[in-house]
Amino acid sequence: MSNHDVVKSNSQNVQKEMIARNYDKITSGKVKVSSTFVPGNLNELLMCFDIANNLPEINAIQNAMRKKSGEMIMEAERSGHSEDVCTYVKADIGMMAKGNIAPNGKPFPDPDVLLLSYTGCFTFLKWFELLREQYKCPTVMLQVPYAADGAPTKNMRDYIVKQLKEEVIPTLEKISGIKFDIDRLREYLRKSAIAEDDLVWMLEQSKRKPSPIDCYFGGVYYMGPIFTAFRGTDEAIEYYKLLRGEIEERIRLGLCAQTPDGDMPEEKYRLVVEGPPNWTSFREFWKMFYEAGAVVVASSYTKVGGVYDYDGFRHDPEHPLETLADYCLGVYTNRNLPTRVDMLARNIREYEADGLLINSIKSCNSFSAGQLVMMREVEKLTGKPGAFIETDLVDPRYFSAANVKNRLESYFQMIDQKRRAGSSAIAA
Amino acid sequence: MSTKSVKEIATYCQEIFEDLDFSKAREWKAAQAGRKVIGFMPVYVPREIIHAAGMLPLGILGGGADMEVIHGDAYYQSYICRIPRSTIELAITGRLDFVDGMMFPSICDVIRNLSGIWKLLFKDKYVRYFDAPQNFKDNIGGVFYANELRELKEGLERLSGRTVSDADLSNSIALYNENRRWVNKVYDFRSATPWKAPSAEVYLLMRAGMVLPVEEHTLLMQDYLAAAEAENRPMRDNCRVAISGSFCEQPPLNLIKSLEMAGCYIVDDDFMLVNRWIKGDVSTDGDPIESLAKAFLHQSAETAAKYEVDMNVKGAYLLDIIDKRKADGVIFAAPSFCDPALLDQPMLVSRLEARKIPYITMQYAENSGQMQPIREQAGTFADSIKLWGAA
Ligand code: SF4
Ligand code: SF4
Repeated sequence: MSNHDVVKSNSQNVQKEMIARNYDKITSGKVKVSSTFVPGNLNELLMCFDIANNLPEINAIQNAMRKKSGEMIMEAERSGHSEDVCTYVKADIGMMAKGNIAPNGKPFPDPDVLLLSYTGCFTFLKWFELLREQYKCPTVMLQVPYAADGAPTKNMRDYIVKQLKEEVIPTLEKISGIKFDIDRLREYLRKSAIAEDDLVWMLEQSKRKPSPIDCYFGGVYYMGPIFTAFRGTDEAIEYYKLLRGEIEERIRLGLCAQTPDGDMPEEKYRLVVEGPPNWTSFREFWKMFYEAGAVVVASSYTKVGGVYDYDGFRHDPEHPLETLADYCLGVYTNRNLPTRVDMLARNIREYEADGLLINSIKSCNSFSAGQLVMMREVEKLTGKPGAFIETDLVDPRYFSAANVKNRLESYFQMIDQKRRAGSSAIAA
Repeated sequence: MSTKSVKEIATYCQEIFEDLDFSKAREWKAAQAGRKVIGFMPVYVPREIIHAAGMLPLGILGGGADMEVIHGDAYYQSYICRIPRSTIELAITGRLDFVDGMMFPSICDVIRNLSGIWKLLFKDKYVRYFDAPQNFKDNIGGVFYANELRELKEGLERLSGRTVSDADLSNSIALYNENRRWVNKVYDFRSATPWKAPSAEVYLLMRAGMVLPVEEHTLLMQDYLAAAEAENRPMRDNCRVAISGSFCEQPPLNLIKSLEMAGCYIVDDDFMLVNRWIKGDVSTDGDPIESLAKAFLHQSAETAAKYEVDMNVKGAYLLDIIDKRKADGVIFAAPSFCDPALLDQPMLVSRLEARKIPYITMQYAENSGQMQPIREQAGTFADSIKLWGAA
């Protein structure tokens, strides 16, 4: 099927326009630009200073989906970067070496500030030290302590708030020339919470049978606006309202999840997925699922930019800086392994899934280190079978379609067997 | 005056190094009822607090070259470094059964997640992920860190059932100050007369410090220095190198030996930074927790696990080491799949290139067996340094 035939909903088209507008804004030369990371990003705060939000991870994804990341990664390796390290970093560095061209064809401007939100991943620290070598621009760090005991402590929260007050905000004021207005932040946060309500509603619809949405492959689109440059805007509110309407309509019609090839005719398997998707063969990867009738009803990747459903977090305009702290502390990869296990096991139970599939990413220690233990723990807790596949985010060398397909097929067979065993046990 | 020979000391340290059952630590624990042992991983934990709580800090640096990892591979994918899998292997084979708690410093996501695995697998053990500030201002990172240290102290108090007074802490700080002074003396001695203190020996001596009580380790270093000074060893025409990047998973001892045999005297390294993390003494006056926090913020070692706030200072510590130790070059030796070391490396390399300081890069795993390529690489490096030096 050619790209022209891809079935797209209205909300997808709206999102595409939103992203295009943001790239136009970033490359316009008319606004200050900050580079920052997705997990726990401070979009509302950046907006208080009229600073545009450029996310290198998203650029790496965009390049991977356009099949450009492989060459960029090799470029970075040629310039001395190890084969063994995070490929997002190398895709970014390689992109710079190749002219730093944005998806709209215009060159990215050098960032005015690197906002190093060090949340949930150690590599971020090194990534922006590396970018700083190139751009030589101001760099401000927000360290988010790891919630190692399952819940954030007062000390962690206080530390973040203090960094916001004494490091991040003063730096952004200086760069933008705009004085910080806490009421402006409150207003954005209020808007964030409205969109977040609709987002959580959306996430929970896949409890239905059949699920009207796919919460991994489809989910990454649905999460786009909230995780990137739109949280806190009217556009995001509108987007999620529109999405909600579309899903309500799908529910009314009793449709199975939407895919690029149209609606799934039948839902045979319901999965929970842990780990990011592969981006270089995203469509091919997705197809392996929907062709087998497998829908992903919940995924941890849709919590990577913030967890809203597990413990009910919403941005709280009454406590603007504290809420930013809680948001950063709560992102998925900033939570300890027992919490991640609990979240996945709960998902399997509440979404009545057949099991847990882990897509382990070669270059991402933040997600991957410990996943084999997590799988066994989730199996123990739920009695449902788990499966493990290995790919990479944006390095095409590590996506072996045949291996992944084989593994998935045997997994689906295993689920079938389990079901048969379950029904004969009941019959007996 | 010590009567122990270098050989005796080296053999003693080698035995400690090879003993994956940690008998010395077990003996220490068994000697008195109620004693507790706290394991810790690289790169740094404040051992002073563990010691003040009457416990033995035990450095766990993986399983080394000879341990067969049978179960560990079921816990870790092939593209993750080796130290977590061999550490898990140590634990599930019962070699750490006497360890009452584990500390996992904030060095990278692998060690971070290992803290969670420990929580899942060893539910009855004390587990502490040890977070450290990346903001080095007293009123920001310092406040956070001092509170983390207090939490650590309280946790250990609960575990040991005894209160840790300021006097206990100051006493421990003084002991570790003394220990660090001797560690530095050993390093200075090796740098001044590397033929008298082969790196494999110095390495084993430092490794002994991961297992022995601090007081014993200090005495051992004193003995070693006296013995090594008295020993007559031939000086070789080696070049002088600093090792960078080996701060977590350790290179096999054979790798260290191979470098020296290939013509490179190691005059500085980052093998066990915990021994030398604080530069100078920690103050024994005033609130000891505040003193430990200040020492961390303002006088601790630089390594890839720390954020460098000022780009212009990035890598300066390595240049300083090269100056201080009169090193001819640097060997970047990093564990395979080690994000912190490998991502930091290009930045350090650029600083060396700007000063035309020779370097080579290599990767290893703690169980790498083939040393021939390493010997050849290091030998060529040593030869080329001598050639340039002569030109
Ligand atoms: S290690 Fe993982 S979380 Fe971290 S930057 Fe790379 S892909 Fe992102
Ligand atoms: S060797 Fe490197 S990647 Fe592995 S645990 Fe240590 S610091 Fe982390």
